[in-house]
Amino acid sequence: MSIEWYLVLSALVFSIGAGGVLVRRNPLVVLLCIELMLNSGNLALVAFARAHGNQDGQIFALIVMVVAACEVAVGLGLIVAIFRRRLPIDVDELRELQG
Amino acid sequence: MVLYLFVVAYVGGADDPIRPAGSPGLRWLSGLFALVLFVELSIAVLGSGLSALSEEGAGWFEAYGTPAEIGRLLLTDFLLAFEIASILLLVAAVGAVVLARRRSGLEDPRELSVADLFRDREIKGTQTDAERGTMLEAGGEPRR
Repeated sequence: MSIEWYLVLSALVFSIGAGGVLVRRNPLVVLLCIELMLNSGNLALVAFARAHGNQDGQIFALIVMVVAACEVAVGLGLIVAIFRRRLPIDVDELRELQG
Repeated sequence: MVLYLFVVAYVGGADDPIRPAGSPGLRWLSGLFALVLFVELSIAVLGSGLSALSEEGAGWFEAYGTPAEIGRLLLTDFLLAFEIASILLLVAAVGAVVLARRRSGLEDPRELSVADLFRDREIKGTQTDAERGTMLEAGGEPRR
């Protein structure tokens, strides 16, 4: 199978993630959609690594996964803090940085 | 993923149905944007003149992509990235704990922990005894 179909699949997953970030208002779902976009980037990286025949892209994908894990940990901590303070769990309502 | 499940169980996504964006026009526009993005990326990938994209890729050696090879690369060529990633994970873990902890000193009687929900079956949602008999009863449940 040629490399370009992996890239098309990656583009499809990225578009689904971008649409989800735009449409949804629950921060949990927004985080999931961001995760989707990062994973589509990983798929493209691994496909290009295979195309070039070296493994740098795979290492890059691993590092992207680490960054995604950090982002999810901080994001979920924020959601728990928002829930504790009884603010609306809605990204449109949360406009102020001040608690 | 497990972290997601815990937070969904804690925040309780069920009583608060996940609503789409406010105006239907914006929803359509967002969906259209995603579709246009996909079509555009597909055109860019499939219609490009790069002939290397429609091949199987370069040749690869026997140990390509094996865990042993990835580990060797992580500890030799990409050692700096590996160490920075470990520090980043540590900082993120500490930051998540600091963000999600209960503040001592700012004792809010309405604060609930997961243990409270398990202990008392009577608790509806997050409304506690401290809220009953106050103006909140007339005004309804607090908005989340």
